[in-house]
Amino acid sequence: MVQIITGFGLMMLKALGQTLLLALCGLFFACIIGLIFGLMNVIKNKVCNIIATIFVDVIRGVPMIVLAYFIFFGIPYLWNTILGIGGMQLTALTAGTICLALNCGAYMAEIIRAGIQSVDKGQMEAARSLGLTYGQSMRKVVLPQAIRTMIPSIINQFIITLKDTSILSVIGFPELVNTTKNVVGVTFKSFQAWGLAGVMYLVVIILLSRSAKAMERRLNRGRE
Amino acid sequence: MAENKEVKVHVEHLKKDFGELQVLKDINIDIYEGEVVVVLGPSGSGKSTFLRCVNRLEDITGGTVVVDGFDITDKHTDINKAREHVGMVFQHFNLFNNMDVLGNMMLAPTELKKATKDEAKETALKLLERVGMQDKIHAFPSQLSGGQKQRVAIARALAMNPNVMLFDEPTSALDPEMVGEVLAVMQQLAKDGMTMIVVTHEIGFAREVADRVVFMENGYIIEEGSPSEVIDNPKEERTKDFLSKVL
Repeated sequence: MVQIITGFGLMMLKALGQTLLLALCGLFFACIIGLIFGLMNVIKNKVCNIIATIFVDVIRGVPMIVLAYFIFFGIPYLWNTILGIGGMQLTALTAGTICLALNCGAYMAEIIRAGIQSVDKGQMEAARSLGLTYGQSMRKVVLPQAIRTMIPSIINQFIITLKDTSILSVIGFPELVNTTKNVVGVTFKSFQAWGLAGVMYLVVIILLSRSAKAMERRLNRGRE
Repeated sequence: MAENKEVKVHVEHLKKDFGELQVLKDINIDIYEGEVVVVLGPSGSGKSTFLRCVNRLEDITGGTVVVDGFDITDKHTDINKAREHVGMVFQHFNLFNNMDVLGNMMLAPTELKKATKDEAKETALKLLERVGMQDKIHAFPSQLSGGQKQRVAIARALAMNPNVMLFDEPTSALDPEMVGEVLAVMQQLAKDGMTMIVVTHEIGFAREVADRVVFMENGYIIEEGSPSEVIDNPKEERTKDFLSKVL
């Protein structure tokens, strides 16, 4: 164990950094995608509703590993070989970010849809009856209330996404799982190396969920 | 009601369907400035739907509704502009839960650029005093009783300086001991000359405050007239039948 830590600890910490970088990039775009498709699902527009539903269903219905291979290998192949345009290259970070953003975005869209729908219809009606537009009512009245109910689910989704970065080891992104595999390849110390990787994930996720809980408490203070 | 007064709400052949269900079949009524009209009727008669058509919270299936000079059945009418001067009070209060009382009062006037923050606050404080809620300006809705919430809701609607006020069963969700405080605010409002349409089961309020009572059933206005005509001497069998159950 000591040998793994002293010999490869720094390397694995760097890999953990890459994991966090990938997770942050993915989550950032996932929030945008989730908000767009979540809103498209609740507005009174059949076309938008259908597009949002299809998006969520497709992403949820495809395993993330398939999505990762498809984006990393499939899309450039389509572009370069089938369409013959050529010149397209995706880095593992770009492909990984797209993959995480789409995957997490679909779940976020569902969380946001459910959160908005959990706010009593009367809130929107009262805002509209005062002359506020749909957008103003959404922004000032409905979304602030929806977000409070969404926070636990969003934190949960963040944690899942952080762990899902490990799947992206398959497209060669040098995150923690990929790096640990290499460490095991060199040292054959599976128990120590995977144990250390596990502990690293665990520490980050516990820190994340604890600080999220603290933030949630602060948000709720003085309201009820 | 005096016919020389301005018509504030004009409803002509109003129809409203929910899918196959015809809720409003043919509603015709003119409501004049300063008039207080109380709408009575059994549940399912369409009285709440009628009220919600007056500010188009429900999409209107057919007919014409003109409110305060805005033809809200015309697609080109800016419905948000029209709603600015038509206040609505709901059965379940619908105070914005994410804001305190003052926030509730100030949101629409400031967001719609009707007033600066200071002006809106000044108006809010005056109105809250009028409904007896000046001591609770920083309370959140969850900290108020039903009667208090409803009084704030009335003040919130008044903050937009409406020309017409709609009340959708404003006391039906209240504990009995709180009904009086809300009705008192409404009565004062009527006395001050507000044009009001009130859907309610409070027959006492109708008798005392209404200029005109409208009895609705099954998507039609069955009978209308002064409180003494409709409540005390109803002509229609169905009105008599309804009143015998609620009085």
